[in-house]
Amino acid sequence: MYDIIIIGAGVSGAGIARELSRYQAKICVIEKEEDVCCGTSKANSAIVHAGYDAAPGSLKAKLNVRGNQMMENLSKELDFAFQRNGSLVICRDEEELPALQTLYERGLTNKVSGLCIWNREEALAMEPNLTDDVCAALYAPTAGIVCPFELNIALAENAYMNGVEFKFDTTVKEIKKREEGYELHTDKGVFRAKYVVNAAGVYADEMHNMVSERKIHITPRRGDYCLLDKSAGSHVKRTIFALPGRLGKGILVTPTVHGNLLIGPTAMDVEDKEGVNTTREGLEQVLDKAGLNVKNLPMRQVITSFAGLRAHEDGDDFIIEEVEDAKGFIDCAGIESPGIASCPAIGEMVAQMIRDKMGLQEKKDFIPTRKGILKPDTLSREERNALIQKNPAYGSIVCRCEMITEGEIMDAIRRPLGAKSLDGIKRRTRAGMGRCQSGFCSPRVMEILAGERKISTFDVTKCGGESQIVVGNNKDIL
Amino acid sequence: MNKYDIVIIGGGPAGLAAAISAKKNGIDRVLILERDKELGGILNQCIHNGFGLHTFQEELTGPEYAERFISQVKELDIDYKLNTMVMEIDREKKVTAMNREDGLFDVQAKAVILAMGCRERARGALNIPGFRPAGIYSAGTAQRLVNMEGYMPGREVVILGSGDIGLIMARRMTLEGAKVKVAAELMPYSGGLKRNIVQCLDDYGIPLKLSHTVIDIKGKERVEGVTLAEVDGKGKPIPGTEEFYSCDTLLLSVGLIPENEISGNMGVEMNPVTSGPKVNESFETNIKGVFACGNVLHVHDLVDFVSQEAAAAGKNAAAYVKKEHTEDGAGREISLIPAEGVRYTVPSTVNAARMDEKLTVRFRVGNVYKNCYVSVYFGEERVIHRKRQVMAPGEMEEVNLSRAQILQYPNLENITVKVEEDETNGSKESDLH
Amino acid sequence: MEVKNLTCINCPMGCPLTVEIEAGQVVRVSGNTCKRGDVYARKEVTNPTRIVTSTVRVMHGKLDVVSVKTKEDIPKEKIFACVRALKSVQVEAPIHMGDVIVKNIADTGVDVTATKNVERQ
Repeated sequence: MYDIIIIGAGVSGAGIARELSRYQAKICVIEKEEDVCCGTSKANSAIVHAGYDAAPGSLKAKLNVRGNQMMENLSKELDFAFQRNGSLVICRDEEELPALQTLYERGLTNKVSGLCIWNREEALAMEPNLTDDVCAALYAPTAGIVCPFELNIALAENAYMNGVEFKFDTTVKEIKKREEGYELHTDKGVFRAKYVVNAAGVYADEMHNMVSERKIHITPRRGDYCLLDKSAGSHVKRTIFALPGRLGKGILVTPTVHGNLLIGPTAMDVEDKEGVNTTREGLEQVLDKAGLNVKNLPMRQVITSFAGLRAHEDGDDFIIEEVEDAKGFIDCAGIESPGIASCPAIGEMVAQMIRDKMGLQEKKDFIPTRKGILKPDTLSREERNALIQKNPAYGSIVCRCEMITEGEIMDAIRRPLGAKSLDGIKRRTRAGMGRCQSGFCSPRVMEILAGERKISTFDVTKCGGESQIVVGNNKDIL
Repeated sequence: MNKYDIVIIGGGPAGLAAAISAKKNGIDRVLILERDKELGGILNQCIHNGFGLHTFQEELTGPEYAERFISQVKELDIDYKLNTMVMEIDREKKVTAMNREDGLFDVQAKAVILAMGCRERARGALNIPGFRPAGIYSAGTAQRLVNMEGYMPGREVVILGSGDIGLIMARRMTLEGAKVKVAAELMPYSGGLKRNIVQCLDDYGIPLKLSHTVIDIKGKERVEGVTLAEVDGKGKPIPGTEEFYSCDTLLLSVGLIPENEISGNMGVEMNPVTSGPKVNESFETNIKGVFACGNVLHVHDLVDFVSQEAAAAGKNAAAYVKKEHTEDGAGREISLIPAEGVRYTVPSTVNAARMDEKLTVRFRVGNVYKNCYVSVYFGEERVIHRKRQVMAPGEMEEVNLSRAQILQYPNLENITVKVEEDETNGSKESDLH
Repeated sequence: MEVKNLTCINCPMGCPLTVEIEAGQVVRVSGNTCKRGDVYARKEVTNPTRIVTSTVRVMHGKLDVVSVKTKEDIPKEKIFACVRALKSVQVEAPIHMGDVIVKNIADTGVDVTATKNVERQ
């Protein structure tokens, strides 16, 4: 019997696990995929929004602003990439100026600091690649960008270091209310817990609806993105938004913390909760609309495209509460944008809620910090050579595009909750994330993975499940 | 700090030929830096035959062709370091590299020859929609897996692109037991050599669908199938022409891109058409003493030409080190201008004071041309007008310039290379580009 | 009379060749624009041959497979017999370029040789 089971190891689940790991409790995270950060958390804009966008008084507004404030300190504690690069909302039409003003005022109500409206000249002076049509822009200096993989992985690793268990490749099929707590029937057996946190992303409605008569409904809202080469990464310095429309924040253009340029997302409601396929129409829309606010986008520099699903709940706000007709079952549902920005605050809120309900005591030996994978390119030459002397794997470049060494890849595999697949290594180290998109390094990474995990090359996968990379030996079916 | 006269970045066919030539031209201190575990570069995985017809008058496999050069490098006692990644080169030609044994180290060179080769265009560059499961490989990655490691990437294969590596892999996968269902090519003509179409596709009954592309990829974990559609003259899919192919593998053979990140960072000026450095007749870039050759300069179809070009670069680098190079200011820098159907030329400039008696100018055309002429104009005057029965983007073309002839035009500023159609029956196959 | 259609491989022209055959004899080649097309067509319809390249497993080598080729071209219809015959072949490192891996592969009278050196592990 666990004290608490958290369903889902995305940024919400991992953020909650990390905050709960401050307390004396037996906690387990159950994740249906082979790794953390496999759903909504891995494919999004990676923006730490300032918080002017959400309706005043909503959970989105409150947690976004709070999460944004927490992010910087968290990034230091947990050693992940975060930059406060600021954001601009672009107004291209004099008639829309009132809408920009409304956004500004909403920001003030939401207690977003530093907001100001720039005129055309100010905006162009700060971002010369803005469209010539810009007439004004809302500048939010507190907005930032983060590596969502690192954020998610860091939260999970830190939770693990503090005693939280993780069960991967485990799908919750049924949840039963018992005398004390809940029984989770999964494809890997039955798990019991006094409290259950539902952080199941696009599946959060299914989890909720198993225990409650007050149904909720989540629509997977697909967003297509294009990622551009690092040579395009400085096209804009800040995150550039369009004035929000009915289906979200429009197509944004933003640098990433790793120096690429990201454009997207579209907003397409779909049925399939695994429907992360891009479509021609979606990608065309990204390419067309991105150019509305930013000129001269070097579209030839696109290195990959992808799609993610936002967990949009019909009520249009985060649902973070104990389910009324299912005591001990805490929803953390409808976490769409600004989920990344909010996740530290979501973790804090849910952890406090459960602490108070369960009367949890703080641990004395809680470890608040975590070291990320050592990045040799952040070292001085002397330090780097000392490292290579000690461990020659750091002298061997495996991914030439991102200049990732064998040492980093081995670290990614060996560390707590280590990588088990090519995508796991990619999210932890960036090996395979560059301009050749793993063409050169994948055979080598496969070899390292097979060697480190002592598995057959035929069992090395791209992302777990049936995603094997090679299927047999030459001539074996001749 | 280590000092070498010439440091060569890359130990593939270009680097090897450049090193041999530099050494034979009197330079003792030559160093090859190779990132892989053996010399030979991409030739090591090109186990098919057809290499070296021009150079050796026989058909060799890739590894055999490479070995002819590797053995010379060893006989000539040329230094090389394997498993060594060049991280950076500065404008003073200090090369920073890294490996397991030496860590990060510097080598000061008098001349540098860039010979890093190219990489394959990935799926993302094409924006192919669909899922992103396992089972999508660039043809070269599949080639490495099959030919060097003995692994089958899949059983049922669709190939997008008709570049030579894709065609070669269609045959290789077939002979290793896979079923290659179809090869689709966006353009109305193939990007590969005719011989490869016949011997890699036709021989095995693999259909080639021109003017087709992949419009969807199905399968969440592993590829389950792809949808092909015919495209119109602008490359847009035509509704109603969709066809689903079940398969577990999609191979991409959709173009090669010179790997010039190091060159770009050191300030080498690039030609946006080739994505390779702009070079003069000596294969020298805008940075004095920095030369480029092989696929890092422009993507070749035949390795023989890579070797030729690299040998010239090696010889010129040797001359630079020995200060035999004609002094700056001597002669006239004449621009080579690609026009009307010619996409680019290598080199970009020529100076008769530095050139040999004969200079081979290589170029590609942007379309399929039948019964046309390759024309070279010195200023306004046409000096070469050579009939070609057929020219295609997939096959590199060349014209030879003579030093004596250039010297007859003392004020020459531009040499233009263009395709001219026969007034009566010349034709361009399509306007799609 | 039998008619076969081929594509010439000698140059990018890729001339569509038509070969007329009577009683096993080529009586006419058309569609070619040069002599090489004629020669190719006659060979291709009467005795098509190919060099086959492949890999075989290596034991105790620095590489797990070694590339091989038929030393000369073999009849086209023997290609699959050739690769099938290679399926169960394993060779012990070291291997030198030119080493005979299989003698007289698939009864073609042609040997399969290594095209690469593989050192012993």
